[in-house]
Amino acid sequence: MAHPASPFLPVLILLLVAAVTAAAILVLSGWVLPLLKPNNPQEAKLRVYECGVPPLQTGARHKYSVKFYLTAMLFILFDVEAAFLLPWAVNFKTALWTFGAMLSFMATLLVGFVYAWGKGAFEWER
Amino acid sequence: MAELDINDAVLTTRLDAVVNWGRKNSLWPMPFGVACCAIEFMSMMSSKYDLSRFGAEAMRFSPRQSDMMLILGTITNKMAPVLRTIYAQMAEPKWVISVGVCASSGGMYRTYATLQGVDRIIPVDVYVPGCPPRPESIIYGVMKLQEQIEKESLSMRKDHIARFYESLERQDALQAAKGLTSQQTIREMLMDAGERGVGTIF
Repeated sequence: MAHPASPFLPVLILLLVAAVTAAAILVLSGWVLPLLKPNNPQEAKLRVYECGVPPLQTGARHKYSVKFYLTAMLFILFDVEAAFLLPWAVNFKTALWTFGAMLSFMATLLVGFVYAWGKGAFEWER
Repeated sequence: MAELDINDAVLTTRLDAVVNWGRKNSLWPMPFGVACCAIEFMSMMSSKYDLSRFGAEAMRFSPRQSDMMLILGTITNKMAPVLRTIYAQMAEPKWVISVGVCASSGGMYRTYATLQGVDRIIPVDVYVPGCPPRPESIIYGVMKLQEQIEKESLSMRKDHIARFYESLERQDALQAAKGLTSQQTIREMLMDAGERGVGTIF
């Protein structure tokens, strides 16, 4: 009588094959192939590649003050407001009923404006 | 039943032959395109002439991933150190094809500003004549290079490249010692080589 686990023998074989393949790839690429490839470490090969020209400018990555983040956020606030206001003002005569809607939009932004003012977001030196 | 002969069943070969066979069929071109030869090169790489038939379709614009440099155009003295740096940064083993008369000898630019042949500053394997050469000519140049790769020994190629790096060290030392620009340094080295009658600086 066959062992109750015998239908799973192919799974075991598959697992073994997978393990051996993975190990063989690691051993080949890690130990065997580096013996075959040309190995000539040179300082020039580690230099920055700037199309062959020595890099002129260093320190292009400076830190920016977090204050600019606030400025950008405030810009978006007033920018969106103006972008809405202008076309609305142009077409206002033909759509008088939009007055209430625009008033509520302005009121919403006014709350944000007052909040930012109260937090001192418009003070540059802090 | 016939006996199995070992000579029929097993193929023996030299390591050089196997490695060179692999190398010659997997060249990775690096176009150093500075003038009109580069236009012919584009034509050579694309579908009509199609260099990938020769196993060299993997074109890379970074020296770190390529091993066949094609110098396509006029190399000025200003560009000479750039060419040397890029050749130094290429993956080994590396080969150079000088395409067109400007790269090979300065061509019609017989002026103070133009390098009179790139073989003065880096080792060149194949020269392709023409101004600019047709795509077929450049393909023929690549085939000639493949023939050469087939024949060369592995250690020869290694010495060849080692000599170049040795000259790069001399260049850096001279530049640091005299406080010159890299262009001036190469000019100094070329003048010195000319006085000694060798013509090359590597």
